[in-house]
Amino acid sequence: MSETINDIQNEIIEEFSMLDSDMEMTIEYIMELGQQLPEMAEALKTEDNIVKGCQSKVWLNAEAKDGKIYLEADSNTAITKGLVSILVRILSGRTPQEIVDADLYFVDKIGLNRFIGTQRSNGLGAMMKQMKIYGLAYSAKAE
Amino acid sequence: MAQTLEKHTLDIQKIRAQFPVLHQEVNGKSLIYFDNAATNQKPKRVIDALVKYYEHDNANIHRGAHALAARATEAFENTRVSVQKFINANEPEEIIFTKGTSESINLVASSWGRKFLNPGDEVLISTLEHHSNIVPWQMICEERGAELKVMPINEAGEIIIEALDELITEKTKMVAFNHASNSLGTINPVKHIIDKAHAVGAKVLVDGAQASSHLTVDVQALNADFYAFSAHKMYGPTGLGVLYGKRDILEKTPPYQGGGEMIKEVSFGKTTYNDIPYKFEAGTPDIANVIAFNEAILFINELGKENIAAYENELLAYATDKITQIEGVKLIGTAKEKVSVLSFEVEGIHHFDLGMWLDAKGVAVRTGHHCTQPLMDHYCIEGTVRASFSVYNTIEEIDAFIEALKSTISKFKK
Repeated sequence: MSETINDIQNEIIEEFSMLDSDMEMTIEYIMELGQQLPEMAEALKTEDNIVKGCQSKVWLNAEAKDGKIYLEADSNTAITKGLVSILVRILSGRTPQEIVDADLYFVDKIGLNRFIGTQRSNGLGAMMKQMKIYGLAYSAKAE
Repeated sequence: MAQTLEKHTLDIQKIRAQFPVLHQEVNGKSLIYFDNAATNQKPKRVIDALVKYYEHDNANIHRGAHALAARATEAFENTRVSVQKFINANEPEEIIFTKGTSESINLVASSWGRKFLNPGDEVLISTLEHHSNIVPWQMICEERGAELKVMPINEAGEIIIEALDELITEKTKMVAFNHASNSLGTINPVKHIIDKAHAVGAKVLVDGAQASSHLTVDVQALNADFYAFSAHKMYGPTGLGVLYGKRDILEKTPPYQGGGEMIKEVSFGKTTYNDIPYKFEAGTPDIANVIAFNEAILFINELGKENIAAYENELLAYATDKITQIEGVKLIGTAKEKVSVLSFEVEGIHHFDLGMWLDAKGVAVRTGHHCTQPLMDHYCIEGTVRASFSVYNTIEEIDAFIEALKSTISKFKK
């Protein structure tokens, strides 16, 4: 993967800028992104993989391969699934250190805090935190 | 469904004009506020009263010998009298100001419960309860070795009255249930349950949070021992609630918190407590909000409870009719007697997604379990979408909401 985390974040910011801050278009686009998320194996939708702090159900699984972390995720709500798909797109296939160091400025830049009320943005926060925790855990393992 | 079939005589546009918050756009659309069961909006006169208090009368009450303190105290105590009349309590001393319905219930569970509940006693609640009328009782039952029992409900969301004979026994010391359900809107047969409870010598606490702005409440006619409600669900300020209790019961109930105001005399050896209601109002109370609350009560009184109920019933009947025509919509809670709460789910669409889409279209609803998880478990669901109406809502808003809902559902059918 030649693109950096920030390259992808910038792409996402660019994509969302075309939606003109329109709430309905934004939600529609987030849902579309969710539909493109590769399907998560049912066997991975375990109690352990549920992200705590999300109002809706989010499953997140991380696996390390060749020094990189690969993320799989799903949600029982279409919008949350879209949100988690954005995070997967940015962070999956990165090294643990890249994930730990990632500054996820896209959330503010595309106004997800403003668009996605507090409850859901807490959920987004919980998802980001969980991904960072995976990054930390694997980077500690590597040392 | 109708509590009263009287026709209302309200000028809704004139009422709407009194609510500044309603006149705004959200996400580029005119706001349609249908989250009234969570909190309803405040008329200008309530907001003005808050400002006026801070600009002209701010002083601590029941203490100072100066003009401001006298004005603040008088206004504060005037609200107590208004509340007394509003629920037809026997005397103003039976009205205690709290932080809200939750604190009112906690006060009773904690103070009354600690003194009067013993091992083997039973507290009876209902499946319809808000967490605020479940958890305080669980806590005190655990502490006192008492047992918590639950009144079952039917599929419509009504308490199964036939089950009460077995549940209300000599062991029952407290029966606590809501006047109207926040999640489903069900209006409970309060008087009937109170009479049954009293027949075995149990006390009754009624959670009136969802009833106080919709239904006429007469605590003496109901013969309720305790009645709890919140100002913010009746056009009043947030952070303020009321606990009504019968004098003789309140007098036998120990104080809830210690501090200023609630004492008669304090020495390091012994403290004697003030009379009711002050015994239960430790510390400087929420003076500004209590004073402004009076305006909310006047607002309701001037419109007339019967008028409000008749109009809200119209809204509910209209919305129920329209929403049940939409394919895939299932109402949760179809009691014969309901306050203006419409809880529903849509087949194949998560309530969060529905709520977000409706918000994008300017419609504010509540989604989730509405702090009634055991009730959601009863229906085997995670949550619902809840639209709830107040007197300032309109038929046109319901039409717009129905259109927004239909358009949202179509997004998921692609």
